[in-house]
Parts: sequence; C-alpha cells; structure tokens
Amino acid sequence: MDTNQTPVVTTDALTKTYGDRVAVDRVSMTVQRGEVYGFLGPNGAGKTTTLRMLLGLIRPTAGMASILGRPAGRPHPDLRVGALIEGPGFHPYLSGRDNLRTVARFRGFTDAEVDRVLERVDLAGRGSDKYKGYSLGMKQRLGVAAALMGDPELIVLDEPTNGLDPAGMADMRALVVDLARGGQTVLLSSHLLAEVQEICDRVGVINSGRLLLESTVAEMRGGSSLRVRATPEPAALAVAMRLAGDDGVRRTPAGLSLDLSADAAPHVTRELVNAGIDVHEITHTERSLEEVFFEMTTATTPEKEPVA
Amino acid sequence: MSTITESRPAAPGGLLSGVGRSTRAELLRLRKWPAVWITLGAWLALSLMFGYLFNYLSYASGDNSFSNEGATKASLLAEMMPANVPDVLLQGMPMFGGALMMVLGAIVAGNGYGWGTWKTVFSLGAYRSGVIVGSLAALTVFVVATLAVSLGFDLGLSLIIATTESQDVVMPSLGSVLESLGVGFLVLEMWAVVGFALGTIARGPALSVGLGLVWALVVENLLRGVGQLLDWVDTLTAVLPGTAAGSLVGSVVGVEPGGDGTPGVLDTVAGPQAAITTACYILVAAAIALVVVRRRDVA
Repeated sequence: MDTNQTPVVTTDALTKTYGDRVAVDRVSMTVQRGEVYGFLGPNGAGKTTTLRMLLGLIRPTAGMASILGRPAGRPHPDLRVGALIEGPGFHPYLSGRDNLRTVARFRGFTDAEVDRVLERVDLAGRGSDKYKGYSLGMKQRLGVAAALMGDPELIVLDEPTNGLDPAGMADMRALVVDLARGGQTVLLSSHLLAEVQEICDRVGVINSGRLLLESTVAEMRGGSSLRVRATPEPAALAVAMRLAGDDGVRRTPAGLSLDLSADAAPHVTRELVNAGIDVHEITHTERSLEEVFFEMTTATTPEKEPVA
Repeated sequence: MSTITESRPAAPGGLLSGVGRSTRAELLRLRKWPAVWITLGAWLALSLMFGYLFNYLSYASGDNSFSNEGATKASLLAEMMPANVPDVLLQGMPMFGGALMMVLGAIVAGNGYGWGTWKTVFSLGAYRSGVIVGSLAALTVFVVATLAVSLGFDLGLSLIIATTESQDVVMPSLGSVLESLGVGFLVLEMWAVVGFALGTIARGPALSVGLGLVWALVVENLLRGVGQLLDWVDTLTAVLPGTAAGSLVGSVVGVEPGGDGTPGVLDTVAGPQAAITTACYILVAAAIALVVVRRRDVA
C-alpha cells in the first residue's frame, strides 16, 4: 500500500464563471488517499462543474487543482484516474464490450482488462448486446466499468446512482465501498444525503458554487442532543442554559434542543422539576445529515425563505 | 463481482503512442459503424450508376441518356474500357464523392459530442491532440480504403464489360493509375477533413453536414456564376475548395469545351496550383479541428 500521505485531490480557490454567473466560487477541497469522499449538494450547486475542472474537461476561470500531486487536467502517464462524469457517454451502435474495447484502446489497456471490468459491474453476460438496448442502470454500470479500467488510484463518480432502481443503487454503493476497501480513493458526488451518510468517510458540502463545509460525516452531524418540551418555557430555557451552557441550547418548534448526551436526561429532568417546571417530554435525538444539510444550505442562501 | 487483480495494465504513454492508440480505437468503432458503410456503399452505388450502368444501358440500347448526350457508341464503349478506369474513378469525386466524404468526416467528429463519447475519452486522461490526430488518421485510412475498393470495383466492372463486348483488354498504365489515386486522395481527403473540422466546430453532425453540403453543392456554383460578372469574386472562387478539387480532377480527366461535361469537373485553375490549394485545405482544416478541440470546454 502506498504510504505517501499527500492528498489525492487538492483544489485551491477553484473558480468557474460563465459570463456573470458564478458556477463554482473559490472552492478549496482536499481528498485524502483511500477515503470515500462525498461531494454533496443540491442539483445545480456546482458539483459536476468542479469535477469537470478536476478532470480537465473544462478550464478553470481562476484557482488551481491538482490530482495525485500533478496539475489537474493534463494527461500524464503516471496519472491513474478513472471517471464517470454527467452520465455515461458511449456509441449506441456498438455493443457494451466493443464500447469498452474502444475506450481500452484509447488508454492502452488490453481486452482482458475489458472483460475484468465488465465482470466487476456484473455486465459480462450482456457485454455483447448493443449499448442502445441497455437499460439506464446498465448504461450507468458500463460507465463505471470504463472508470474502473486499469485499477486507477482515484475514481471520480458523478452521481453514480442516478437513474438506478433501489437494487441497482444498493449494488452501486456496495461496489464503492468495496473499491475503498481495496485501497482505491473514491470521489463521488451526490444529492442523496442517505447515500453519503452510508458510504462516505468525509463530505464536502457545496451550494450555489461555494464549499460550505468539509469534514467527516460524524463531525458534521455533531454530537447527539436532548429535546425537551417543558412549561413555562422561559423558566425551562433558563435552567437549560445553566446546564448546557448559553450556546448549547436552541429553540426549535418541537421544544428546546440541548447539546447534551443521553446520560444527562435524568439530571436535566430532576433540575427542571426542582425548579417547579412541568416536563412534558424529554427525548434523546441524533441529528441526521439531512438536518445539518438543510440548516447549512438555507443559511447561506438569503434569497430563499429561511426555515421557521 | 471479482476482486481487484494485481496486474496493472500499461499506463497511457506519451503523445505519439497516444496517436497510435487513438487510431486503433477509432478504427475499431468506425469499422463497426453502419453509417460509415452506408456512406461508402452510397459512393460505390453512385460510381456504378454514373460510371458504368447508365453508359452501358445507353450503349446497349443505342439511346442517348442524359449523362452521355451526343456521345457515339464507340466513344461510350471506350469510356467503359479498363484503360479509362483512372478517369472514371475521378469523375464522380468533385460532386458526390466529395460530398459523401464530407458527411463521413462530419459524423466521425460530430456525433461524439451528442453521445458524450469525446467526453468519456477526454475525462479518462487521453491526450486531446493524440485523440484528434488518431481520429483523423483513422478517417484517412477509410479514405484510402475507399479509393482502393473503388479502383478494384471499377476495374472489375470494366473487365466484365470488355469481356462481354469481346473487346481487347488494355490495362491502364501504372502511371495513370497512380496519378488518379493521388488526385483522388487529395480530393476525398480534403472534403473528409473539412467535414471533420465542421463537425468539430458545430459539435454535431446535422448543422455541419447541412451547411457543408449547401456550400459545396450550391454556394460555390453560384459564386462561380457571379465570378463571371465581378472580377474580385472570380479571384476568390479560384481559391475555394470546390473549385480547387474540381480543377484538380479536370486537369487529369480533361474538361469538355462548352461546359457540358461532368458536373463539378472544372478547368478554372491549373492542376499543380489546384493540388497545392487542396493540400492546404487538408492541413488548415486539420489544424482548426486540433486547435478547437485542444482549447474548448467539453461539456
């Protein structure tokens, strides 16, 4: 295994503008070796544009990006990168296998490698069928197969589960996890939070072209919290702030949210009751990535109505 | 699903090996593409009809068809003999031969944008220059193959006619065959590469084929008409691709006085100058395609 700890992908203030529209705004991200990095954001957030810049499909307006220590977008013999960007692109009149053979010839791989990757995405049995007859899921898998050719160190997958049925999505996730287990670095973009939460080690959240946050999934979700519904609320708030600290309490429509662990629940209840407050409900909750995500994305788009 | 194998296949090498690999890749997909064979089949069918079939029918029936007005039976037969194959090979090129090659070039370059296949190749770390030069090389292989097949096809037909009509078989001289092949290559290659450049610029086959055909078949003919009235237009038409190709073919085949000969075959420009102009178009169109692809953002 490579002990080299240089990041696989780094970008520094990577920017792409189309006329007045800023598609990607000073994105600085880092993908470490061997991890599954989830690039998370709503449709149109700038995910694909960023990935296109990384792979040299489009030129950045400003900033720089490097892959495996080399400037991004310039082919190099030592650069082993596989990618599937914005859906698969193949010749409809060729069979799946011939499409991959064409790609293999462009990249200097053997036909044996074609058979290996077809097997890897469970398309070996349908390899001789014409690409135009493939289902959406099969087309997507063929695109992934092309990306897997040559055992690349970095695999970039843009929305790999797009258009797949639930079984196909599960297979794709299993494949990504398997790749990471084999030591390959995977950078995938997604607008599906559950998917990222399930398979990614770290996430970068992007919205309106700006990278809002980059951290591990666990860090991003933060610790657990206690939700307390008690009356009168002002008095409950005072007690809660005494216990959890001034910054550890938030008012939510469902009651107060305290940044405390589940173990603190009996103590909190006792304190509230001692202060003469009626406790209606106390629950231990864990924030989902979805909550964090919407908190973050709504906070940074002032033109949208903030969530009440 | 299999486990990851330990064998690490060859990594992509330099630009030069990139050209070789891209040529092989493009040859693989082009020879399995029905559209390519339809285009080349159309060329052979048209060569058969206008080179031999109509002439033979009118020779056999004694009627004069539109394609050989006023020709005597003897001259009709002479045109269909093996010795005349180098001329027959070239006659159709200024009009439909060039047009079909332009269609071929345009679909080879243009369809990859709609299908996303260029995106696939470029995003997987291939040198863009290597890919385009390789694609042009594969296209050139098809042009050369088309010439070779046409030559064999025409020779075969003329031998059949010579035998059927009990004529002495006189084969064309090697020199005239080579000259014809050289001229044919320049003309077909020019239109193919121009089509490739148009398909690249338009990022699709439809617009490039449409505009290219209107230009080659209509606009240049109109300009040559206008050129008889305006001197500067006349100077301009002398360097246009259709005029160059037509004159190049005309310098070998010969142009009948009065302009009643094969459409598109001209004597506007002298042969050597026409050859240089045609070669320049090949180089310029290839360079344009290369520069555009290297610089552009591929969606």
